[in-house]
Amino acid sequence: MADPASEALIDPLFNNNPIAFQVLGICSALAVTTKMDTAVVMSIAVIAVLTASNFFVSLIRNQIPTNIRIIVQLTIIASLVIVTDQILKAYVFEISKQLSVFVGLIITNCIIMGRAEAFAMQNPPAMSIVDGIGNGLGYALILLMTAAIREIFGSGNFFGIPVLPLASEGGWYIPNGLLVLSPGAFFIIGFFIWILRTWKPDQVEPE
Amino acid sequence: MQRSASYSILFAAVVCLVCAVFVSASAVSLRERQNENAYLDKQRNVLIAAGLANDDEKLTTEDIQTRFAPIKSVVVDLATGDELRGVDPQTFDQRKNSLDPETSRAPGKNPAGVQRVPNQALVYRLEDNNELGLLILPIEGKGLWSTLYGFIALDADLETIKGITFYEHKETPGLGGEVDNPKWKALWVGRRAFGEDNEPRIAVIRGRAGPASEDPYRVDGLAGATMTSRGVGRLVRFWLGDDGFGAYLNTLRKTEVKG
Repeated sequence: MADPASEALIDPLFNNNPIAFQVLGICSALAVTTKMDTAVVMSIAVIAVLTASNFFVSLIRNQIPTNIRIIVQLTIIASLVIVTDQILKAYVFEISKQLSVFVGLIITNCIIMGRAEAFAMQNPPAMSIVDGIGNGLGYALILLMTAAIREIFGSGNFFGIPVLPLASEGGWYIPNGLLVLSPGAFFIIGFFIWILRTWKPDQVEPE
Repeated sequence: MQRSASYSILFAAVVCLVCAVFVSASAVSLRERQNENAYLDKQRNVLIAAGLANDDEKLTTEDIQTRFAPIKSVVVDLATGDELRGVDPQTFDQRKNSLDPETSRAPGKNPAGVQRVPNQALVYRLEDNNELGLLILPIEGKGLWSTLYGFIALDADLETIKGITFYEHKETPGLGGEVDNPKWKALWVGRRAFGEDNEPRIAVIRGRAGPASEDPYRVDGLAGATMTSRGVGRLVRFWLGDDGFGAYLNTLRKTEVKG
C-alpha cells in the first residue's frame, strides 16, 4: 500500500481490526449489539469520539508533558464522551436510554485510549483523524455485523422490522435465545476472529 | 519530552479548564431539549402505565399530547388526602419539592429507602364521564444501585393494578434493568394491591408466582436481580401505604368508589 492515508483508513478494517485483531473494546461490543439501532448509534458515537480524541491529542502532542500524558488523554476523551452523551440525550432520547451506561463507558473503551497513545501521540493531526475514522469504522464493522446476526436470528427483526416471522406470532421461525444474551455475541465475535485469521494467517499470534 | 514540574501542573490546569468549559457549555446549551425529552418521556410512561400506549410503540410529540388529553393532572395533599384544585399541575415540580424541607417531610426509616416525601404529589386521573376510570400514581424508591422512578396505575376499584412502569433508574442492564421489560411489567396487570383493611399487600417474590386469578398478591421476581425486585415490591407498598397515598386513596374510596 503506497498511500499512508488510505492505509491508515483501510488497514484497521481487516488487517488490523481493533476488535478482531487487537481484541479491544469487547465489553461494549457484547452489550450494545442485541439490536441494530443501538449498534448504529454506538458506532457513530465511537467513531466521533475516536476521531475527535485523536485529533485533539495529536494537536497538542508536542506540548503534553510525558509524565502526565495518559491523564491528559483521558481528560480529553472523558470530556468528549460526556458531550456525546449529552447530545444523544438531547436528540435521540429513546436510544440513549437503551444505551444507558454504555455511552459513558466509551471512556474506558481501550480502542480510544489505545489509538491516542499509539498513534495520535506520534502523528500529525490530519493523519490522526484518518486513523481515528479507520479504527472507528473497524469497530463499527464488527459491531454492525454482530448486531445484524443477533437481531435477525435472535429476535427475527432487522432495525425493528420483522424479517423472520416468529413462531410465537404465527410464523415459522423459533428465535435463538442465546443470541439475545451476551454470550451469543462472544460466539459471533469468536467466529469473526476465526474467519479473519483463516483468511489472513499472518494475524495468528506465534505460539 | 521531559519538562519541569510547574510546566506539567500548568499544562494540566489549562487542559482541565478548556475541557470543563467545553463540557459545561454543551450541557447548558442542550439542557432545554433534554428537559423537554424527559418531560415527554414521563408523559409517555404515564400512558404506558395506563395502558394507553405500548412500550415499543414509536410516539411522536403530537401522539403523546393527543393521548394525554383525556388524562387530568391533579395535585393532592398527601397528609389530608384532598385534591388541591388551586395548585397548577403544569408548574408543579414534585422532585424539587421533595428536596425542600418546607414542602416535604422525612418519613422515618422505611424499607423502601425513601428519604423525603413531598407534602403534595402529582397524580393523574383518567376519567370516564366525570367518574374515575384509572388512577396513576408516581412511585419511587431504592433498587440496588439507584432510585427508581415510575408510575403505577390502579383501576377504578382502587384495588386492581392496571400497569406499572419505570421511566428512570440506573439498575444493571440485563438484570435489574429488566424492570423495563414489557413481559415482566405485564405480570403486574390484574394483581390486587391491597389485603385486609386496605393494607398494601402486593409483593415481588423470589421465583414464580401463579396467575393473577389464583395468586393475586404476588409478582415473579426478576432473575439475577434480588435486590431490585425486593426494592420494587417495597417501594410500591410504601407509596400505596400510609406514608404515601394512603390518605388520598381513603378519600377516594369514600367519595368515588361505589359498592
